[in-house]
Amino acid sequence: MGVKIYLYPFWLRIWHWVNAILIILLIITGISMQYSNPEYPLIRFDIAVTIHNLSGILLTASYMFFLIFNLGGPNRKYYRLQIKGLGNRLMKQFRYYISGIFKGEKAPFPISEKRKFNPLQKLTYVLTMYIGIPLILITGWALLFPEVIIHNFLGASGLYLTALFHVMIGFFLSIFLFIHIYFATIGKTAASNFRAMINGWHEAHD
Amino acid sequence: MKRSIFSLLFLLILIPGRTQDEQETPDHVKENKTCLQCHGNQYYYYYNDWVERDIKERMNPYYIIDSSDYYHSVHHAFYCIDCHSTEYEEFPHAGYLRMEYQYTCLDCHGGDETYAQYNFEQIQVEFERSVHSTRHNEAFTCWMCHDPHSYQVSARSERPITETVAYDNEICLSCHANVNKFKLLTDRDNPNVIESHDWLPNQPLHFRKVRCIECHAKLSDTLLVAHEIQPKSQAVKKCVECHSSNSLLLASLYKYQAQEKRSKAGFFNAAIMNEAYVIGANRNYYLNVISAIIFGLVIFGIAIHAILRIIKK
Repeated sequence: MGVKIYLYPFWLRIWHWVNAILIILLIITGISMQYSNPEYPLIRFDIAVTIHNLSGILLTASYMFFLIFNLGGPNRKYYRLQIKGLGNRLMKQFRYYISGIFKGEKAPFPISEKRKFNPLQKLTYVLTMYIGIPLILITGWALLFPEVIIHNFLGASGLYLTALFHVMIGFFLSIFLFIHIYFATIGKTAASNFRAMINGWHEAHD
Repeated sequence: MKRSIFSLLFLLILIPGRTQDEQETPDHVKENKTCLQCHGNQYYYYYNDWVERDIKERMNPYYIIDSSDYYHSVHHAFYCIDCHSTEYEEFPHAGYLRMEYQYTCLDCHGGDETYAQYNFEQIQVEFERSVHSTRHNEAFTCWMCHDPHSYQVSARSERPITETVAYDNEICLSCHANVNKFKLLTDRDNPNVIESHDWLPNQPLHFRKVRCIECHAKLSDTLLVAHEIQPKSQAVKKCVECHSSNSLLLASLYKYQAQEKRSKAGFFNAAIMNEAYVIGANRNYYLNVISAIIFGLVIFGIAIHAILRIIKK
């Protein structure tokens, strides 16, 4: 029986799964709209628009919830990036993922109560939660109220640039989602990290 | 010597020349003033021989011609009496004059090579198949939509699409949001345009960005502006008709732009991109390819990593 650490408080698990459902809905409806095709509709366009808009609004509320709890509580410390030596730590973790893991080496930054994320995780989570999500929410709201967008930006349509930016961030966030889900299988067992996000207890490697 | 040159110049300035009005006002404008001094204003004046005094009278609002609109319209170069009886030069006008024949577009433009690009004959064919013509026969004339005193060419121009949209939709709304004009042709109640389009997501944006005819007229291969208005039941209701890479907007609202400008920088439907963002219609070929490659590499990387993990376990 391995060591269990209570890493994921109730608020965080609720937020995480609400966030997960909304992000998945947004990606599927977003793809359906972006590549809409009269012959092969993934989701009927007007339904996709409605679901996308509603999910976007709910995601904004969910993000506010995350910000309040994350910045106002102890979870904040896990998102603090130490720039000094970051490159080395990232390389170390990267090397582990591309070779060490196959040789049965110990993880260079094992999860503990003091360190919930390894350096690569921390960097991607900070980029996602503090840059990616705010940008996609801002551009999404702008597209919901397109009259607020400047008409012309350096000779190009402001609306088009906003939409293009929104779609590009959405693309990178969906790439993040795929990698995130895959890396979640690198736990004590393939399912243990998923279980941890349900009961709150992280199962450490032996 | 110097002083005398200045004196001469001064005198030249003082010598009265022809006024600007005399120099530049074309004959038809001068002549049309006779009509517009009454029909261009809210009030008109005349001397009443019976009561022997000057009378100030209100002009019938339906007979007021905005001279500014008229001289900016496509028919700006006409004398009023080119289309109206010369007997109108008499006042009071004879009562029977109001029964005078009103020319339709083809009376002047039919078979006219000068206006061949507008294809008036085909417009007439499409119009006669339209719900306006089939329901109301000859009571529905060209003038119902195209006021000859103010009509401007809007689609075939370089002005912003939103201005074309506003101008063209105003034509439809001049009846469909105006009970007086609507009831000229029918006893039906005029449906409320806002309520009947309740189903349309983001309705105000659609009303500002596309013309009514995008959904309510049958696409035309030959005409720049389709004239075959369809019955309500045949209106476009599927979002993807516009929101797809094969957007019908390119064959309607953006037809002129699409013909004038070819796709650039790999953007599908670049003509639309200049003016608006239509979800599903604006896609970039290169970004599509790049995103497919990135996505493919990520999935490939994950698959290889997963397989290696299983093998090395």
